[in-house]
Amino acid sequence: MGPRSSHIALIPDVDQIRNETGFSEASLLRLYGRFQTLDRNKKGFLSRTDLQQIGALAVNPLGDRIIDSFFLDGSQQVDFAGFARVLAHFRPVDEEEAATRDPKDPEPLNSRMNKLRCELIFLSPTPSPVAFQLYDLDRDGKISRNEMLQVLRLMVGVQVTDEQLESITDRTVQEADEDGDGAVSFLEFTKSLEKMNIEQKMSIRILK
Amino acid sequence: MPSRLFFDNLGAILTYAVVGTLWNAFTTGVALWGLQQAGLVASRVQAGLLDFLLFGSLISAVDPVAVLAVFEEVHVNETLFIIVFGESLLNDAVTVVLYKVCNSFVEMGSANVQATDYMKGVASLFVVSLGGAAVGLVFAFLLALTTRFTKRVRIIEPLLVFLLAYAAYLTAEMASLSAILAVTMCGLGCKKYVEANISHKSRTAVKYTMKTLASCAETVIFMLLGISAVDSSKWAWDSGLVLGTLFFILFFRALGVVLQTWVLNQFRLVPLDKIDQVVMSYGGLRGAVAFALVILLDRTKVPAKDYFVATTIVVVFFTVIVQGLTIKPLVKWLKVKRSEHHKPTLNQELHEHTFDHILAAVEDVVGHHGYHYWRDRWEQFDKKYLSQLLMRRSAYRIRDQIWDVYYRLNIRDAISFVDQGGHVLSSTGLTLPSMPSRNSMAETSVTNLLRESGSGACLDLQVIDTVRSGRDREDAVMHHLLCGGLYKPRRRYKASCGRHFISEDAQERQDKEVFQQNMKRRLESFKSTKHNICFTKNKPRTRKAGHKKKDGMANAEATLEKPRDLGFQDTAAVILTVESEEEEESDSSETEKEDDEGIIFVARATSEVLQEGKISGSFEVCPSPRIIPPSPTCAEKELPWKSGQGDLAVYVSSETTKIVPVDMQTGWNQSISSLESLASPPCTQAPTLTCLPPHPLGIEEPQVPLDLSADPRSSFAFPPSLAKAGRSRSESSADLPQQQELQPLMGHKDHTHLSPGTANSHWCIQFNRGGRL
Repeated sequence: MGPRSSHIALIPDVDQIRNETGFSEASLLRLYGRFQTLDRNKKGFLSRTDLQQIGALAVNPLGDRIIDSFFLDGSQQVDFAGFARVLAHFRPVDEEEAATRDPKDPEPLNSRMNKLRCELIFLSPTPSPVAFQLYDLDRDGKISRNEMLQVLRLMVGVQVTDEQLESITDRTVQEADEDGDGAVSFLEFTKSLEKMNIEQKMSIRILK
Repeated sequence: MPSRLFFDNLGAILTYAVVGTLWNAFTTGVALWGLQQAGLVASRVQAGLLDFLLFGSLISAVDPVAVLAVFEEVHVNETLFIIVFGESLLNDAVTVVLYKVCNSFVEMGSANVQATDYMKGVASLFVVSLGGAAVGLVFAFLLALTTRFTKRVRIIEPLLVFLLAYAAYLTAEMASLSAILAVTMCGLGCKKYVEANISHKSRTAVKYTMKTLASCAETVIFMLLGISAVDSSKWAWDSGLVLGTLFFILFFRALGVVLQTWVLNQFRLVPLDKIDQVVMSYGGLRGAVAFALVILLDRTKVPAKDYFVATTIVVVFFTVIVQGLTIKPLVKWLKVKRSEHHKPTLNQELHEHTFDHILAAVEDVVGHHGYHYWRDRWEQFDKKYLSQLLMRRSAYRIRDQIWDVYYRLNIRDAISFVDQGGHVLSSTGLTLPSMPSRNSMAETSVTNLLRESGSGACLDLQVIDTVRSGRDREDAVMHHLLCGGLYKPRRRYKASCGRHFISEDAQERQDKEVFQQNMKRRLESFKSTKHNICFTKNKPRTRKAGHKKKDGMANAEATLEKPRDLGFQDTAAVILTVESEEEEESDSSETEKEDDEGIIFVARATSEVLQEGKISGSFEVCPSPRIIPPSPTCAEKELPWKSGQGDLAVYVSSETTKIVPVDMQTGWNQSISSLESLASPPCTQAPTLTCLPPHPLGIEEPQVPLDLSADPRSSFAFPPSLAKAGRSRSESSADLPQQQELQPLMGHKDHTHLSPGTANSHWCIQFNRGGRL
């Protein structure tokens, strides 16, 4: 990290990024350093192959989707701003900050709703804007049974048979589905997870 | 103890345990010494700085027993609980080391203590704690490994668990390591594997025995405390010391907690707020460990021992009684976040897993090897090596957390549904989350398909509603639920009760006994009222048969509370069916013969039918289960069995469940008259039907014995035949639409409908022979 980016001013658009994401200077520096490390050819942006080089990501069942989540709008490259923006979802929630936030400002990226939306992005194979991507392959704003089935397939071990998987899927969808349309909308999704401590779970300490 | 929560908060726990205890000990000791210097402590208390430090070390340890006892009542949120409880567990090492070090210093005399001794003291802290943990882990490994092989000797599993855990304790004690740490790590380490390996009964045995033992031990300890308090020869009172100690431990604990929390919050994701801190400091109860340590002091070396004993007793009493009693109102008053007991849902489980993966991935992207990264690595290592080594093969193969949650939810739903005395109609309306209409679990072939068809099942069950009482309804439904929702493990050939085997169907045998006794009684009354079998006999039939095929739970309910008249024939058929299906040999019918004379009829019919069956030549696979069901009809020949007509088909096609019989039965009931007219044509068809190779049926047969002795308690392994069930499922599904209508039922040529058809044929055959309806 030393010689490469010791000064915050080296990062392009640093003020804008800081406002959007809320990262501290130290975190931004660290992220920028990481960005440059991943950017093998010094292109100034990351492509899919760069991210796929990360070894541990390959064995992660959701690895592909996570890589895809960085590439919004189908583009093949992500610059540092985009990189930071996605990672901002995992910034721990700072309660004081939330209290003093000007209500007119757009919701910070690491609020609960955005964290959930982020998860939705991650769980849909085709990336798309932040709105409503519930495991949502066809981007209709709902998780259908099939989409749930695919995610479960990733999550569940190999020893669960297909029939069992189907029943699990059915039950999962049924648990969350309140209006009985056989699919889970974003609101139902948030409701089913209201007991979970999303802010805590979807946060990485190092990104404070 | 929730291990995931423990490791998530391990940093905080360790901080409080080690740093906190050291701080407490040191400050209390020094403060008391200062108090003495200030003259508030009577001079008859001859204690120097080291003595006070020694006393401070033994009085500062938070006691796990007291904490557990109190916090179990209070139900604070899990984080708070695990931090306090974890601290009380882990500080044992620190306490022991401190105590020993100070004791040896006191014995050596304060003049002789050198710098190296301090270093040795610090080093011994590490040795004691890490050594204790290592001992615990070794025994955990041993325990997990041995339980992997106890499949045939289930009875020793609880014994193994107790013995090895206690052995861990003893070994650590022998080596002067921290015994509490050893036991803690043993439990933490082996929990996952042992739970998977041992049988459900063993698990229950271990759980409740431990609770009992723990409760006994706690009682004994506190009784000892109380008795010693009364025995005034053991202690001497000094007000200054006592009051000073009380004040200091409270004050310094609170101070220590505040300081440490401030430091910890810099690093924690979810900071501990002020209220949590209050509860943490107030919840630091002292207990029996302190008392035991003080009693062990050597009076020659520590002349103030009696005063220390008195002080310790007062401190322990105060913390346990006053603090323990008032903590609950305090918690309520401060509105501490309580533990929310919420039912686990599949969604939560799924998303937890998802989050874990996402976080691990993001950490990789960021390049930071954080907590999630290591946890992920550990889980991979565990999955690849440890679990394979330590978990039984069958348990390992099917172990999956999401599936576990699903399974448990199903059982819970089924049980709660039954408890509420649910409506059959409502159940078919798919209000039960565990019974989604699209549920297509491999092992529940017929039932689910019937339910899937929606209207068909509804119709039948509605008819049943009008006829049956509420209890019947709910019992039938319960059976459907269980068949539908429960994963049926491979049927076990139950060993007879040997010395080392727990007879698993003792309950069922008991039920059968009761059954048979009742049946005997009723047989008498039936014989006298040959021609007056009431229509109501229909009710219990299916239910009874259903129950027999489930586990003992439903059995107990069914058998023990039926006041109705039961057609003996169905019970006999049930018994026989069950028996034969369980044991897969017609020999069972022989044994039953002696038990109940009613069965004699059945047995005869069985042999007849068996021969018929053999004619067709294709019943190699377990002919008896298939044949026997129709046999009651022979018996019914002798008795007015107007109401019993439907039962034939009942048993035949529904080896797995009674929905089919129900359907059949209602079909019969609805058009009894047409039945009579139809009797002849179907009977002529009978031979042809019989001759049709019931191949799909044959495939279905193996399911019968397998599914019958469903034991949801036992570990669930995939019976290979369930795969076959998957195939035959499609065939039996075709049955459903047919079963409501009598005509297609009777005259169905399609060989897949052989089951009802064949039943009819057999019945018809006997019918003709019997010569009357």
